[in-house]
Amino acid sequence: MTTPLLSIKGVSAFYGSIAALKGIDVEVMPGEIVTIIGANGAGKSTLMMTICGNPQAREGQVIFEGRDITHMPTHEIMRLKIAQSPEGRRIFPRMTVYENLQMGAAVAQDGDFKSDLARVYSLFPLLERRKGQRGGTLSGGEQQMLAIGRALMSRPRLLLLDEPSLGLAPLIVRQIFSAIRELNRKEKLTIFLVEQNAFHALKLAHRGYVMVNGRISMQGSGRELLERPEVRSAYLEGGR
Amino acid sequence: MEYFLQQLINGLALGSIYGLVAIGYTMVYGIIGMINFAHGDIFMVGAFIALIAFLILIAIGITAVPLALFLVLLIAMLLTSLYGWAVERIAYRPLRGSFRLAPLISAIGMSIVLQNYVQLAQGARVKTLPPLITGVHTLLDLGNRFVVQISNIQILIIVTTFALMTGFSWLVSSTSLGRDMRACEQDLKMAALLGVDTNRTISLTFLIGAALASVAGIMYLLYYGVIDFHIGFVAGVKAFTAAVLGGIGSLPGAMLGGLLIGLIETYWSAYFSVQYKDVAAFSILIIVLIFMPTGILGRPEVEKV
Repeated sequence: MTTPLLSIKGVSAFYGSIAALKGIDVEVMPGEIVTIIGANGAGKSTLMMTICGNPQAREGQVIFEGRDITHMPTHEIMRLKIAQSPEGRRIFPRMTVYENLQMGAAVAQDGDFKSDLARVYSLFPLLERRKGQRGGTLSGGEQQMLAIGRALMSRPRLLLLDEPSLGLAPLIVRQIFSAIRELNRKEKLTIFLVEQNAFHALKLAHRGYVMVNGRISMQGSGRELLERPEVRSAYLEGGR
Repeated sequence: MEYFLQQLINGLALGSIYGLVAIGYTMVYGIIGMINFAHGDIFMVGAFIALIAFLILIAIGITAVPLALFLVLLIAMLLTSLYGWAVERIAYRPLRGSFRLAPLISAIGMSIVLQNYVQLAQGARVKTLPPLITGVHTLLDLGNRFVVQISNIQILIIVTTFALMTGFSWLVSSTSLGRDMRACEQDLKMAALLGVDTNRTISLTFLIGAALASVAGIMYLLYYGVIDFHIGFVAGVKAFTAAVLGGIGSLPGAMLGGLLIGLIETYWSAYFSVQYKDVAAFSILIIVLIFMPTGILGRPEVEKV
């Protein structure tokens, strides 16, 4: 049995005195796409941020490549080659597309900037055409591509994607999900995906977890979860 | 006409000093959203360090003005930037993440601490430096009662300021440190998510701001030859006004605002009344803020998301 790339053991996190995560256990194996689905406010994004140490877990452990990163500062965690495309994309609005990508490469000291850039441009050719444009002037879909591209510039070993489909047109969503699948298939990139769009996410992922009110309520392979009646009724029917 | 041109030169020299200090206000505001009220006093500390350095250099026999000036510049920038760094470390960083007013109050406290510290250590009386850089050039002499002159010290101030601002703009726009600074300014949390050590970047911002303020302090010392522990207050308020006038958070705005405040003050003194020069500068500020709340080069808060 292979060791997990990322394992989250009994993690609880708080915003002030409010518990956002209550004893979460999640594992991500190398080469997998793992997804967490759940309603708004279930704590999915908090889990993503807790992996990155902001907020830090109050209980439990976050272990990446066998190393306890629970109490490391955010920037040091990211230097271990975890990259995140966060909720709301958080593109630097007054930097150009190119500068945004340069920021993504800030921790890739060993990397070859040109080839990393070429890789992102070939995945999202649109970004190359927009490279001189300011981030704040891009459309939502373009910003999402840029957020993923920026995350890829650090050559991550684990890519965290928070709601990449949020607020995007179905065509763009399909484009982005196919890019995610391609990254995983061709480059064996491990991806941890948080989504409200349960149907797309479960179809794409190898395994999935369902999160309700800060706890994991169900887990299983993507297909299994898709077929479960309680998942279907809560997240899929009419949702899509 | 000659009188007007003469005041233009005087105003530019004064405005350069304000501009250098204003950059410190605007950078810190941009990156952590607070007004560093102790920045004016950092400028004052810079002037004192320069004065002490000059006196020491003269005492040990280094009297060649260019060499002394260079050494003083180096010493003052180095030591003053340590002060700037320490202020952030002691008074602002522990308060990061607390309510917005907390670092502001802490900044006012820091300002008082620095003033009193210098007052105790150096005495409350004014300190003077004999003029080191002398000589004037006549630019225009039409045989009227007035000639247009520029002094060497004015040339030095304007040229140094211009060089520093050019270098600093380049740093912000084209180096990776500058990019990190802009990233922190636009989205601190995201910058950390990309592996930027945000605490280090903020420290460096304070360091650079203090270094620029110390140069302004040296220029002030050389220009007026008289300093005391209180000069940081008025100069700080003026420079802060300059930063707001130009659009706080904007670097070109700080430079422009500094020059404008310098010119307004000089022209008002020249044509109306010296006593009311501060009233003029601040009135212009109020008028600009009423009609352009974000300042001249400031951007509106609305961003497309």
